Amino acid sequence: MASRPRLRGAALFGTAPFFAYVAIFLIIPTLVVVIGAFAGDEGGFTLSNVRALGDAYIVEAFGRSIALSAMSALIGAVLGAVLAYALVTARKDGLLRRVVTAAAGVLAQFGGVTLAFAFLATIGLSGFLTLWLSDHGIDLYGNGVWLFELPGLTLVYTYFQIPLMVIVFLPALDGIRPQWREAAESLGGTTWQYWTRVAGPLLAPAFLGSALLLFANAFSAYATAAALVSQGSPIVPLQIRGALTSEVVLGQANLGKAMALGMVIVVAVVMALYALLQKRTATWLG
Amino acid sequence: MRKLSRPAAVTLAAATIISLGTACSPPEKKAEASGSKAATATSAADLGGLDALVAEAKKEGALNVIALPPDWANYGEIIKAFGDKYGIKVNSAQPDGSSQDEINAATQLKGQDSAPDVFDLGMSVATANTAMFAPYKVSTFDEIPADLKEANGAYVNDYGGYMSIGYDSAKVPAPTSVADLLKAEYKGKVALNGDPTQAGSAFGGVQMASIANGGTAEDITKGVDFFGQLKKAGNFLPVDPSPTTIESGQTPVVFDWDYLNAAQAKKTPTWKVFVPSNAVLGSYYTQAINSDAPHPAAARLWQEFLYSDEGQNLWLSGGARPVRADAMTKAGTIDAATAAALPKVEGTPVIPTEAQSTKAKEYLTANWAKAIG
Repeated sequence: MASRPRLRGAALFGTAPFFAYVAIFLIIPTLVVVIGAFAGDEGGFTLSNVRALGDAYIVEAFGRSIALSAMSALIGAVLGAVLAYALVTARKDGLLRRVVTAAAGVLAQFGGVTLAFAFLATIGLSGFLTLWLSDHGIDLYGNGVWLFELPGLTLVYTYFQIPLMVIVFLPALDGIRPQWREAAESLGGTTWQYWTRVAGPLLAPAFLGSALLLFANAFSAYATAAALVSQGSPIVPLQIRGALTSEVVLGQANLGKAMALGMVIVVAVVMALYALLQKRTATWLG
Repeated sequence: MRKLSRPAAVTLAAATIISLGTACSPPEKKAEASGSKAATATSAADLGGLDALVAEAKKEGALNVIALPPDWANYGEIIKAFGDKYGIKVNSAQPDGSSQDEINAATQLKGQDSAPDVFDLGMSVATANTAMFAPYKVSTFDEIPADLKEANGAYVNDYGGYMSIGYDSAKVPAPTSVADLLKAEYKGKVALNGDPTQAGSAFGGVQMASIANGGTAEDITKGVDFFGQLKKAGNFLPVDPSPTTIESGQTPVVFDWDYLNAAQAKKTPTWKVFVPSNAVLGSYYTQAINSDAPHPAAARLWQEFLYSDEGQNLWLSGGARPVRADAMTKAGTIDAATAAALPKVEGTPVIPTEAQSTKAKEYLTANWAKAIG
């Protein structure tokens, strides 16, 4: 049995910056959250913060967060997949495809205050589209100001979910070989059969995996919602903001950390599923 | 080349991590403990009178204040007047910060000469952090009503106001009661100044709506229900109002302290202030000195200035009601014209105790998101 080659000192030394980076930006913050979640205001171990996660208003916030993330991930995944498929039919090194993927790369990262402001300026209460529509007798907000509530958040989140789906789903579509379709046709299969028996099953894991990634992306988004919603803190990241900065209800910093721990657990479950699906995808479309 | 054994390499990597971690915090700059006597003085007399305090403060030459917006209770002018009068440079940090931000800054900057010298806090934040304050009695301490100060002067109420409804008379009819806001004329027009689970002024708005609807400051079920109805009627506007949203007409009706609504009226001529007679909810803000103040003498002089006739009248010009108002009215030192111009208040003011507010907050935390969700 051959012994494993030992890493040389210099090579290990070269990894130090990576370890330092991971420690500062990942390990230490996670530890702060985990330790804080089980610490009382005066220090010492307590389960009260974690127990408070069972309070109705926090459970509801988690429910709304999950619903918002699932909704925007589903819409984003379906529309993004359709757009990606349209791109695959175009020439691989053609101008259209290059332009669209570049645009998707930019828009997938377009979030936070800038995105919220873009929507406010367009369909906010005095946005130009709102005013133009009301001049033509259409009242966008006849049934309440939905832009500042969950429906509005779903719309705004979908805006960055679609381009992200295009980016993560394109490689899977590229992996579908034309020969498979030809084989199906030469064996007398219809288009419907090809999609349900061949391409569908092959793409399903990649599609679901991408949708999970979109879910995690929406679940952890904060700045967009913070800039848009100023009342009621409907989703968990906003509840955490309240717990950390409220001047009305004091001493909730560790409850905020417990909520963050809850979010970490949800994302960890989603990412574990994502990794499983990626494995299945890789066997066929590698 | 010598091979490094694996444990040694891991230790090295860990050491890098730790040294990087500690390199992140800036080196602490020790503030000059100027006039250590001033840091423990509980009144001007301890230093040999007001003139000695002024001399000591001038020697320090600077004062750090925090979370004082220039258009809030006239603070812009107060800061300028103090600086001009004593030749002391006032550094104003985080003008839009919250009370909790002030405490956080004092904790994080402890021992540095940029730490805040003085605080202007909401009552609940003040009573939760008394250990951080240096007790001090200003020369006018006896004129401040007993229920508006801590007996040793650890914290003292400074100015207050009543919860009010500000509205743009060019856009909506004048409300005559809180219940009026449920009418169709106010559809999509009624805003609270912030989220009541986070901002003191919005919390006061819910308490006031509760009293107006037959509830109390302690049991705010009726207040939360009222905003729930407002939301159902489509009248509640979940937008955080600011001078900008008011001027552009996005938030035509705003629940806020009367001195803030009154200040808005100076910018927007059609902006009117209404305090419902069946729900007069009062609230005071609180002054305190940071016990670790880098400029202890200037901090104490700032308090003397704020509680002098001049300082109190400056707050009054900002629409706020200074804590010595009654004593100054008796003595004839109050700026009578400005006092007469304050928003009219009829009825008995309710000033909630800390215990009442705590009860109300528990209910609010559990039910606010549901009511307006």
